Amino acid sequence: MRCFSHVCTFVSRLTHPDCFLLMSSVSFNHNVVTVELQSSGDPICSKKSDCPGTSSEQAGKSASCQGCPNQQLCASGATKAPDPAIAEIGEKLSVVKHKILVLSGKGGVGKSTFSAHLAHALASDSTKEVALLDVDICGPSIPRIMGLEGEQVHQSGSGWSPVYVDDNLAVMSIGFLLSSPDDAVIWRGPKKNGMIKQFLRDVDWGELDYLVIDTPPGTSDEHLSIVQYLGSTNVDGAVIITTPQEVSLQDVRKEIRFCQKVKLPIIGVVENMSGFVCPKCKNTSQIFAPTTGGAEKMCADLNLPLLGKVPLDPRIGRSCDEGKSFLNEVPDSPAAEVYRRIVQSVRDYCSNRATDVQNAT
Amino acid sequence: MEQKNDGSLAQVRHVVLVLSGKGGVGKSTITTELALALRHSGKKVGILDVDLCGPSIPRMLSVGRPEVHQCDSGWVPVYTDAQKSLALMSIGFLMEDPDEAVVWRGPKKTALIGQFVSDVAWGELDVLLVDTPPGTSDEHLAVLENLKKHKVDGAVLVTTPQAVSTGDVRREITFCKKTGVRILGIVENMSGFVCPHCSECSNIFSKGGGEELAKLTGSVFLGSVPLDPLLSASLEEGKDFIETFPDSATFSAISRISQTLVQSLESD
Repeated sequence: MRCFSHVCTFVSRLTHPDCFLLMSSVSFNHNVVTVELQSSGDPICSKKSDCPGTSSEQAGKSASCQGCPNQQLCASGATKAPDPAIAEIGEKLSVVKHKILVLSGKGGVGKSTFSAHLAHALASDSTKEVALLDVDICGPSIPRIMGLEGEQVHQSGSGWSPVYVDDNLAVMSIGFLLSSPDDAVIWRGPKKNGMIKQFLRDVDWGELDYLVIDTPPGTSDEHLSIVQYLGSTNVDGAVIITTPQEVSLQDVRKEIRFCQKVKLPIIGVVENMSGFVCPKCKNTSQIFAPTTGGAEKMCADLNLPLLGKVPLDPRIGRSCDEGKSFLNEVPDSPAAEVYRRIVQSVRDYCSNRATDVQNAT
Repeated sequence: MEQKNDGSLAQVRHVVLVLSGKGGVGKSTITTELALALRHSGKKVGILDVDLCGPSIPRMLSVGRPEVHQCDSGWVPVYTDAQKSLALMSIGFLMEDPDEAVVWRGPKKTALIGQFVSDVAWGELDVLLVDTPPGTSDEHLAVLENLKKHKVDGAVLVTTPQAVSTGDVRREITFCKKTGVRILGIVENMSGFVCPHCSECSNIFSKGGGEELAKLTGSVFLGSVPLDPLLSASLEEGKDFIETFPDSATFSAISRISQTLVQSLESD
């Protein structure tokens, strides 16, 4: 199946950054590869920032649309129809019991580390089926953290097969579609959105208890798309990751605003890199000092649950670099203890929510 | 006619991008500290902060939320000092509510960055540092498209030592090669933490990854900056670290990096 990733690479080179082509089918017949392409239904206003938006009432009609190459398309009303993929994804993920997003406005605070360990911990119960989806298109770290670097995605009759870490833990990331660790994914928004759509709709997830979704930093295309595409699937909520400093909290507050705007429930906040215990003298140093009260104060102010504070431990980073689970490597460390408590809170939240939903119907 | 094409960047001698594939590795920290170090050595410096979803520089330089004024030649940057030797323009200045999320898709970001890059009245500058968000996407392409009309000297890449971080920076190097941006060098940030109680050095995020990456890719290694609680505390309070702790090892690391950078810029 080596060729499949070659086809992906080839198609990604074919396209202009502003135009996205979806592969609707790939078939192999002796030495002939047939690829059917379909252009994404997400046209872009290339004109300027006062674009009314392709789905607005004014699309194609406002003064600023004059001269935009997509004016006619917008004016035709085709862009206002909901994307049929949303319903398809709803159908596909109807056998996934819980969907959890891991978000942060700030980069490098430990979203992928947390997502990976949440997935590991949930999958430690062998009766649960767990999957981890990485929608960080430009900086996919999950393959390395899960110890799956160099793995490739396979095509099966029912879609793309994810890569399995264990029998009950599946992983999908754009990293599995790249042919070398140097490959850069220099894509503009619409193309990233198309990829996310494919991850949700075309991956053969099967029946799952938990789908954990790791996101890139910020509040942009990837976030809007994932929320939009999951719109009909009843997402359980988001775990927000931060570090203690104000420089990080100021971005995280924006992410919380984003969740409120798109009506995404917040499961709670995790403060990562919270204090460092010197392995030699056992004294604690606040490397990233909570000068404005850290996540604790932010949660109190915004009335959000604080799920826990994970201390800085060099062994966490090392486990990630080596692609191992820190929870298995050093199970008796204080950080692992906090991790397990947080994961239990997430589990409790999901099962309470499931009961609430049942009672409501 | 040429004057008109160059626009607001006509009197800017060097343009340096600060890039990293990975978030939270200290792009804004390194940008701020490099700008302060360059100012200390007598340069006129500008910072352009194009991180739309998480602009951090205004806080790090303690400029608060000033109103941005317009003059005939464009937006007037905010000066952090009376001598006007450090100018800052951040997308954060254009937001009304600091907690408000900028929930924009790519094309809108591209359009705003286009205006933003070409409409700031920088005046005369020795170095303009451009702080970017993580990744290789809309913002980066937009900044490059707009700056290339003028010129870009190159990029400083920031990484932390772990493989998870250098892995993303390798992709950023490919981005630079594909887009024809010269790599001025790699900085390793958060390299080792010296316990203030017992002076034991812990490599919290591993060690040496930046230097290895530089070797692997044939790039210049500019230096490593230790993980220093005093540095993150002074950034939180928007203080000039270089003035407050001139004797620290972190300070000497930063000033060495800035000197190497200046040499590399002036050697062309």
